[in-house]
Amino acid sequence: MLQWFADRVVYSLLGLEKGTRLAGALNFFIYDTIKILLLLVVIIYAVSIIRSFFPPEKTKKLLSHKREFFGNIAAALLGVVTPFCSCSAVPVFIGFVESGVPLGVTFSFLISSPMVNEVAIVLLLGIFGWKIAGIYVASGLAVAIAGGIIIGRLKLENQVEDYVYQIKLSDVELPDLTWKDRSDYAFGYVKDILKKVWPYIVVAIAIGGAIHGYAPENFLMKYAGRDNILAVPVAVLIGVPLYSNAAGIIPIVHALMEKGMAVGTVLAFMMAVTALSLPELIILRQVLRPKLIGIFVAIMAVAIVFTGYLFNAIL
Amino acid sequence: MKIKVLGPGCANCVNLEALVKEVVAELGAEATVQKVTDFKDIAKYGIISTPGLVINEVVKWSGSVPSKAKVNELITTELAKGE
Repeated sequence: MLQWFADRVVYSLLGLEKGTRLAGALNFFIYDTIKILLLLVVIIYAVSIIRSFFPPEKTKKLLSHKREFFGNIAAALLGVVTPFCSCSAVPVFIGFVESGVPLGVTFSFLISSPMVNEVAIVLLLGIFGWKIAGIYVASGLAVAIAGGIIIGRLKLENQVEDYVYQIKLSDVELPDLTWKDRSDYAFGYVKDILKKVWPYIVVAIAIGGAIHGYAPENFLMKYAGRDNILAVPVAVLIGVPLYSNAAGIIPIVHALMEKGMAVGTVLAFMMAVTALSLPELIILRQVLRPKLIGIFVAIMAVAIVFTGYLFNAIL
Repeated sequence: MKIKVLGPGCANCVNLEALVKEVVAELGAEATVQKVTDFKDIAKYGIISTPGLVINEVVKWSGSVPSKAKVNELITTELAKGE
């Protein structure tokens, strides 16, 4: 259906000749843009409805006094469905610690929540297909679980700022939501996200389309192919300062992959963009001492690079 | 009526405060709208996802900006109680 529409616009309406580079790039751009925007609307709406059942206040109760391992698994999974933005990272962190969620379990949540987020899932699904999206989600959860367990084992509770332990939260009865409230919330959230990400997506798909249509086949093989051992760590280093632009990164990365960038390198890059972000680290500095932030970054970097090598080796 | 908007100053918290003031003005309700930005004070209400909306010391909403109709409904319900 969408392909038919894109074909109509490019070949019939604009009268471009099939097989030319411009037609190829434009067709790709129209098809991808519409597909991604539709997917975003549908999936974010659905995810938001689910999320309305898991406010952070409830999630912290579910995770309170959970043990290592099962607690980490639960935290990583809840991280996917609990609404979270880096602007509320500090209150959420304090709330978790205050209600007795172990530090390692809290970290599993903090890692999985931004990394396995709905925008990333939609874009991976729409552009790369379910297999890569599935691998990304599964390895993201694995990194979150493992990272949380390691941080828990290191006994770093003394590296949390003291004032965090002095804050007392009241127990709150959250008001009941009607289905209309949930639907309004979901609809509002779809609007927010679309407003925020559509320019990135359109620009990124345009760049992706240009690379798709104009760059020579396999020109990246030499630099970012699976045989270049440095590609994964370099991709992670580039990914860290790029923040909240999963929307703007994935379409470009897809085109790069077509031209020879290895799958594991692509995954590692994506993870670095979403899970390790400079602004979030700065925000977390309000509650974590520098040593703990350093350890957190080091563990994440190692885990992400490892994931990259793993998938470059097996895929 | 005492209305409090809980939030450290993110965009959504500012939006909610503006929305609440707008609804209060439209209803001509006698209400004070106060912004609570210090997390220690926000914690007293048990909220960890901002923005939060508190009317007469009861948490009515948290974690997102409610629709205008919802804010209107919440305030109108509270007004009716007071009469």
